[in-house]
Amino acid sequence: MKMKLTTMAVAAVMAAGPVMADLVFPSLSYRTGPYAAGGIPFADGYADYMTLLNERDGGIGGLPARILECETGYNTEKGVECYEATKGEGSLVYQPLSTGITYQLIPKATADDIPVHSMGYGRTSAKNGNVFSHVFNYPANYWDGASGAINYLLEANGNDISGKKIALVYHNSAYGKEPIRTLQGLAEKHGFELMEVAVDHPGQEQKSQWLQIRRERPDFVLMWGWGVMNQVAIQEAANIRYPMENFIGIWWSGSENDVLPAGDAANGYKALTFHGVGSDFPVFDDIQKYVVDAGKAAGAGDQVGTVLYNRGLYAAMLAAEAAKKAQEIHGVADITPGMMRDGMEALEITEAKMAELGLPNFGPEFTVSCENHGGNALVGVTQWDASAGSWSLISDFKPTDGDIIGPLIEEDSAAYANENNIPANCG
Amino acid sequence: MFYREAGDFSTTYPQDSQTFPIRFDRYRYYVVLAIAVFVMPFVMTDYLVNSIFLPFLIYAIAAIGLNILTGYCGQVSLGTGGFMAVGAYACYKLMTAFPDVNIFFHVILAGGVTAAVGTAFGLPSLRIKGFYLAVATLAAQFFLVWLFNKVSWFYNYSASGQINAPERTVFGIPVTGANTDAWATYLFCLVFTVGAAILARNLTRGAMGRQWMAIRDMDIAAEIIGVNPLKAKLTAFAVSSFFVGVSGALFFAVYLGAVEVGEVFGITKSFLVLFMIIIGGLGSIFGSFAGAAFLVVLPVVLKIVGVDMLGWPTDIVAHFQLVIVGALIIIFLRYEPHGIAQLWRVAKEKLRLWPFPH
Repeated sequence: MKMKLTTMAVAAVMAAGPVMADLVFPSLSYRTGPYAAGGIPFADGYADYMTLLNERDGGIGGLPARILECETGYNTEKGVECYEATKGEGSLVYQPLSTGITYQLIPKATADDIPVHSMGYGRTSAKNGNVFSHVFNYPANYWDGASGAINYLLEANGNDISGKKIALVYHNSAYGKEPIRTLQGLAEKHGFELMEVAVDHPGQEQKSQWLQIRRERPDFVLMWGWGVMNQVAIQEAANIRYPMENFIGIWWSGSENDVLPAGDAANGYKALTFHGVGSDFPVFDDIQKYVVDAGKAAGAGDQVGTVLYNRGLYAAMLAAEAAKKAQEIHGVADITPGMMRDGMEALEITEAKMAELGLPNFGPEFTVSCENHGGNALVGVTQWDASAGSWSLISDFKPTDGDIIGPLIEEDSAAYANENNIPANCG
Repeated sequence: MFYREAGDFSTTYPQDSQTFPIRFDRYRYYVVLAIAVFVMPFVMTDYLVNSIFLPFLIYAIAAIGLNILTGYCGQVSLGTGGFMAVGAYACYKLMTAFPDVNIFFHVILAGGVTAAVGTAFGLPSLRIKGFYLAVATLAAQFFLVWLFNKVSWFYNYSASGQINAPERTVFGIPVTGANTDAWATYLFCLVFTVGAAILARNLTRGAMGRQWMAIRDMDIAAEIIGVNPLKAKLTAFAVSSFFVGVSGALFFAVYLGAVEVGEVFGITKSFLVLFMIIIGGLGSIFGSFAGAAFLVVLPVVLKIVGVDMLGWPTDIVAHFQLVIVGALIIIFLRYEPHGIAQLWRVAKEKLRLWPFPH
């Protein structure tokens, strides 16, 4: 306690500015609308981890973290309004949990010198920090996801999937279209046939798509879905008796909400991931003690340990670590968004650090640099066990196909840089 | 007392037929316009412009457009979102194909393209009426959104299917892209909104507007007194789509900057604009402004009161907003079908007689 008081005193002296200094983390959440099932656990996890830091450690570097929640409803206009409403409060980093809103914020936030962390979503080519100075998408992006899924299939099929037919069921939006280019490249490389099946927002009606899958009998189905679309797809797959073990979703299509409605029929469904599942980590004991039992849990407090809760928690952990890094680099506790950006760019997540934070083996190790804003692109696979009602990691975090993804990222980011006359960011 | 025509004499016909025949009203209009042009740009912040003023100005244009079709000509349309998408994509294609032409002309041309598309979809209105026409325009809505999602030529073959507005300037000042100033985008949209309102006001009280209203009130009677239904209906579709297209172009280029058609110009947008003219007042230019202002400002006010002042959870406030808008639509349809515009008219009548109502 004495130690903590000293650090707080030091931090207060270092801040030497406003008395009520705090670190503002805006949470552009969506607890309403067709995507709320995904938005609620993520927002809860994000808020609970920050509450934990405040309650247990007295904040980050001595300053309390403040969550500024703003409801977007997954709607871009509301997202823009939320951004404008919160940016004046010293918001350190935006995590909108929506590819559409991320696209909106990329130019705006860059102009305002505020970093955006689109963790596992958003614009994939933002990995190229040389062009996208303020956008980060570590630890993995959609193209890593596409490649990770194909790698997993290769591994499971003796490194040969030539002549196989793979269907991609995707949300017909920027989000769902992201993996197509990579999959096309991979199809050429590995000789499989790609079948694209679009599902329109919000995805409650998918009869014709699954009829098509039933008719053409693809060997594997990949899915880029979100919100209600996931549950419907899994239910429809069960209805046509599609073998669940050949059905792989992206990490946004792999939460409890997606598989529970289909009951036992969803058993064996697989999903990609870039972080651990379940609540078997020491940090959850602390969350129980400091947050849930203290009655400070966000939302209804019933999401702890679900896949998307863990993802929100992971996002908050990465944000907090980046803030610490920024405080270390600049020697002040009350950091600005610009300093936060520097912290994110120098972020290094090691196994030792994760263990120290109570999250051993929770995610892949990675480092961020000026050129690489996307981490080390390691992707794992989880599988749903309907009888146990839990996800389990069946393939460890493995590297993805940089030969295909690298040039695509280069090409897409170069096009963006040309369109908008962006100078190289890394000297 | 404040608002009366006593002592305000018209000596010429133009004076008699001006938009605001009462002196007080006319001065109020000039004052509002002067404040909007000379005062507001100086107090404009990023927050104000992006959460209130840009959406208000742009939705007002869309509401004027839909009001011409639905309020003045009586043709129900649920295709507003799709026509806004036409404006947005036309503007995007023009912006990227002719980067040297001023964005001002691109927006006007985008309106022109939308007018052509709108006229084409208006052709069925000659044969079908009422609910059936609503369904036909609904088909336009879904078809157009599908088209812009499916054909990659429209989004220049970008991987994500998103369209992004590049930076364009007017008199050397950027009005689209990331590095815009709040006042510049505000003034740019204000010019279009004021222009649209003046144009619409003068069209609706001229021969064309009278033809539209005749068709609305009883199309057979209108035909008998010599109104050409083909011409009247198609001009209503064309003019309406022009305004909606301009608003779509501004919505994409100035307000959002990046657009994904299914999400931004979906069916909900059509309903939102329809609610604006229902709440604001069918067949009234002022009603278009009132409805747009109401539906843009209401969520912001609810959020400020609910979340920032009362500290309620954000989801409760978001749900409340749906409940309140829904209740208001029912209340307006039941008790005041002519909307806020009618309330305003009644208030003016009362003011005129005040303080001696008999």
